[in-house]
Amino acid sequence: MFEGAIDYLQVLDEQGNVDQANFPKDLTDQKIVEMYKYMLFARALDAKMLSLQRQGRAATYAPLIGEEATQIGSAFAFRQQDVFVPNFRQHGVFLARGFPLDNFFIYWKGYEDGGKVPENFNGTAVCVPVASQMPHATGIAFALKHMNKDAAVISYVGDGGTSEGDFYEAINFAGVWKTPLVSIIENNQWAISVPRKDQSAAQTLAQKAFAAGIKGVQVDGNDLFAVYKAVSDAIASSKSGPTLIECVTYRMSMHTTSDDPTKYRTEEEVAEWKKRDPIARVKAYLVRKNLWNDEMEKQTGDEQLKKIDEAVENAEQFKPDPRSMYENVYSFMPDTLKAELDAATAANFWQ
Amino acid sequence: MQMNMVSALNDALSIILKQDSKAVIFGEDVGKDGGVFRVTDGLQAKFGEDRVMDSPLAESGIIGAAIGMALAGLHPLPEIQFAGFMYLGFDQLVSHAARYRMRTRSTLKVPMIVRTPVSGGVRALEHHSESPEVLYAHAGGLIVVEPSGPYDAKGLLIAASKLEDPVVFLEPTKLYRLFKEDVPEGAYEVPIGKANVVKEGSKLTIVTYGTMVPVVKSVVESKKTDAEIIDLRTINPLDESTIVNSVKKTTRLLIVHEAPLSFGVGAEVAARVAEKAIYELEAPIMRVASPSFPYPDPGYERYYVPTEKKVAEAIDKILKD
Ligand SMILES: Cc1ncc(C[n+]2csc(CCOP(=O)(O)OP(=O)(O)O)c2C)c(N)n1
Ligand SMILES: [Mg+2]
Repeated sequence: MFEGAIDYLQVLDEQGNVDQANFPKDLTDQKIVEMYKYMLFARALDAKMLSLQRQGRAATYAPLIGEEATQIGSAFAFRQQDVFVPNFRQHGVFLARGFPLDNFFIYWKGYEDGGKVPENFNGTAVCVPVASQMPHATGIAFALKHMNKDAAVISYVGDGGTSEGDFYEAINFAGVWKTPLVSIIENNQWAISVPRKDQSAAQTLAQKAFAAGIKGVQVDGNDLFAVYKAVSDAIASSKSGPTLIECVTYRMSMHTTSDDPTKYRTEEEVAEWKKRDPIARVKAYLVRKNLWNDEMEKQTGDEQLKKIDEAVENAEQFKPDPRSMYENVYSFMPDTLKAELDAATAANFWQ
Repeated sequence: MQMNMVSALNDALSIILKQDSKAVIFGEDVGKDGGVFRVTDGLQAKFGEDRVMDSPLAESGIIGAAIGMALAGLHPLPEIQFAGFMYLGFDQLVSHAARYRMRTRSTLKVPMIVRTPVSGGVRALEHHSESPEVLYAHAGGLIVVEPSGPYDAKGLLIAASKLEDPVVFLEPTKLYRLFKEDVPEGAYEVPIGKANVVKEGSKLTIVTYGTMVPVVKSVVESKKTDAEIIDLRTINPLDESTIVNSVKKTTRLLIVHEAPLSFGVGAEVAARVAEKAIYELEAPIMRVASPSFPYPDPGYERYYVPTEKKVAEAIDKILKD
């Protein structure tokens, strides 16, 4: 008879108290401060993107606010050699992994040029078709193992994404092939207007791991330390097989800038989650330990805003070259496409 | 009543749900949210959660379940949120919806309408601007319909709901709210499989559909070209006779679509005209379409989607030849 249970991990509670038994040993004060700064950075970046979008200076954007602990906690658990496989909301992970900010803004302005993957970034591109990145993650993990690399894959998918066949197929393959895959479910309770309960009758999303025969754990996704610990542990054990980690968090804002959440969810629900804010909790912890104060917060905020504004400025200077579309389709230029390009160039792209 | 395409479609769905007790609508965010484009707005409140329901996020599941419902006697009208995500359900469409009737010698059928937004021009992210009509048309066994305005949208959707066949109903996002038009109250049908001669003319036939219909109309109007404009309305089955008869009269053919040039609907139309009327042509057939690669990110779409200027240049050239 099969029996299973899903553990729920919380290390740092809403008031900033720590469960010492589960506190990750490698989390130094300095590292926590660094992570906290990145949480602030991610939130500031998010706010900037929203304002740019509202001014018509950016394309559609999916905000991350509320999900900073899941994103920054996991990003800091990565080793340099680990591979990041995002969906489309993991801007915080891109930021923490050192993705060039200029390119970030160019990409979200609507140009593939910003999607260039820097050398040594060890990551794939933003992936819009929900969950379709999951089999890639499994394939990359297979390749790493096949080539005897000491590296794992950390992939992201939403609560909604766990309903797609690609999600199940990916974790099933990972289980059979015992690939070094750490699959994070960023469960922010909503898939646009569809609540978590209408996505699956399963009590937890982590338990989907059972069907694939892999490890599964549920963590407080608004708890920086719990996310960090769960992902670090999963990376450490990735040589012996994959882990599915459900981070229970909340999408504090709209699905994207095209969405109006007042149509389908209550203010009360949002207010309830606001009390569990992932940033406030780390701040309470740091302030109590005398590692942080308002002055530092102000200074950090100013520095980050400066970096953001500079990057936005650089992105505004970007000039698209329509020829680049034609030149990046194949490894070579087919005659028929060359003819299309020549006609377009001669006509100045019919502008 | 003056309506945009979203309201016209909403009205048609409401009529279908009222007239046909077997009809059910489901898909991602179609319930409370009313769909991301609001095409199903208010329908759940009006008809109940048994008839208009949200589904989990899974396109193969949506289309596959719709096929099952249809086989069992319901009349499903699933919505796929964007055509760019319909590929996940592509297998169900081409392997089953398209083949069930043939496979069972018409003893089992799949009456259903898969509605999905198509095409670009609305500054959307990757995968939200696809024009994949030819993929469905090429499969065979699937009726492929694409309205270009509110009146046609309502009439075509109601007509499609009378068919026993699987219908892929493509709704150009750009036209959802672009203009209003007089739309009759109550049920009426615009025939499936019949092209619409939008404007008569004698020097040139322009075959188009979807997003390019308003573009072509505008160019022809401003240039005062003596062109006959044909809006396909239904892509499969193609209304070959309307096209061929028009070309025999005008002796010139230009095809305009937003989907990529290579292997597109234009190629099919050109081939049929070449087969049936090549000796009547006074100029080589021309096509205006997007370039032969996938739809770019929104910053580049102005360089990708055919502009009025591109259409105008083609008209000048074909009339000169
Ligand atoms: C295959 C696919 N279907 C539909 C969509 C449209 N869509 C974009 S995001 C989204 C909801 C995703 O929910 P979830 O997986 O929970 O991620 P979240 O947006 O909450 O981060 C939907 C339906 C899509 N991008 N891809
Ligand atoms: Mg979600």
